[in-house]
Amino acid sequence: MNYILSIMPSLFAGAKMTLILFFWTLITAIPLGIIVSLGLLSYFKPLRLVLKFYIWIMRGTPLLLQLIFIFYGLPIVGIIFQRYDAALFAFILNYTAYFAEIFRGGFQSIPIGQYESARVLRLNYWQTLTHIIIPQVSKIVIPSIGNEVINLVKDTSLVYVIGLGELLRAGNVATARDVTLIPLVIVGIIYLLMTGIASFLLKKIERNFAKWK
Amino acid sequence: MLELKNITKKFGSRTILNKLNLTIPDREILAIVGPSGAGKTTLLRCLSGLERIDSGEFLWDGQEFDPTAPDSKSHIIGVVFQNYELFPNLTVIENITLAPTLVLKENAEQAQTHAQKLLQQLDLTGKEDLYPYQLSGGQQQRVAIVRALAMEPHILCYDEPTSALDPDLRTKVGEIILKLKSNNKMTQIIVTHDMEFASQVADQVFKVKALDDKKVI
Repeated sequence: MNYILSIMPSLFAGAKMTLILFFWTLITAIPLGIIVSLGLLSYFKPLRLVLKFYIWIMRGTPLLLQLIFIFYGLPIVGIIFQRYDAALFAFILNYTAYFAEIFRGGFQSIPIGQYESARVLRLNYWQTLTHIIIPQVSKIVIPSIGNEVINLVKDTSLVYVIGLGELLRAGNVATARDVTLIPLVIVGIIYLLMTGIASFLLKKIERNFAKWK
Repeated sequence: MLELKNITKKFGSRTILNKLNLTIPDREILAIVGPSGAGKTTLLRCLSGLERIDSGEFLWDGQEFDPTAPDSKSHIIGVVFQNYELFPNLTVIENITLAPTLVLKENAEQAQTHAQKLLQQLDLTGKEDLYPYQLSGGQQQRVAIVRALAMEPHILCYDEPTSALDPDLRTKVGEIILKLKSNNKMTQIIVTHDMEFASQVADQVFKVKALDDKKVI
């Protein structure tokens, strides 16, 4: 027990980094994902092609490669990121692509009649989006976004590879030092707690959207 | 008075409306009838600004207007869609007051009062806080009518108002349309393939024929 208490501060410090990355990635990548999805649906073909290419790269290559590329690769051509900045940059780029695809599907499932009735009522594009389309899209995409949110909690462990002190690294350091499995078990439990809380909150949000159909 | 002069609408090389002329006096009910594919709905879509015409003009009281323009001067037409297109994420009262508050800049209280008055007139009192899925088809249609009226259009258009209704409700929507004429002095246009309904409520019936494809210019 004493041993567990003694390693908790370092594990919590690691968990804090995990949560910070999780939080900033989420609140940046979701709005960016919406914007990119609107671009994917625009009538301007070059924009669509550029965005499709971006999504193809981001979804078609491992996030681990992207992290390594940004932190270890880019300095070769003179672009240098701090560890934390590199991690956040890679996560936002990667998750924006996934969110954009999810939102694109959501936008496309809204019947054209909803846009037309808004237009006949003379709402402008922005009013139509914010009051009518985005609430309906949100309801549709929440289950898929939920999956990505859970994935993101676990994916944060990948920053291990660029030497950022997050939860998994903290656990592994303790295990290697003290030759015991306990830190890794606790790391697992902390991940379970974080994904558990995230699922619980997502369920609540989903239920909130259930009052209309 | 609404006048349509030489309205032509093509989709690609297909001419849907060819030099169409039509006059609708104030407070009259005009029914536009004809077989499917004859361009009834296209005419209504052009009139409400959802499609751009290729040539011709729309005149309101002698003044030309562009239904696709967003300015308030061009806001002549309100539309009740065939499947109503209520916003499912908003309650009845929000569906109705959304556009008046955002577009006409009515304050919340004005918009509410106006909406309540219209709801009462169309037998919808007590439904304010329900969501569209909680209403019957007939009630949804009436909400769509109130929503269009709340924007104070000069003319109200209906796209196939009887197609989704059983016979009882068909009579009822006919009564509503006549009541809007006598009480609200509304000019109304009904696009329908229901000849019987058209002859029951309309002052004027306009028949559109499918254009022969050979006549394409």
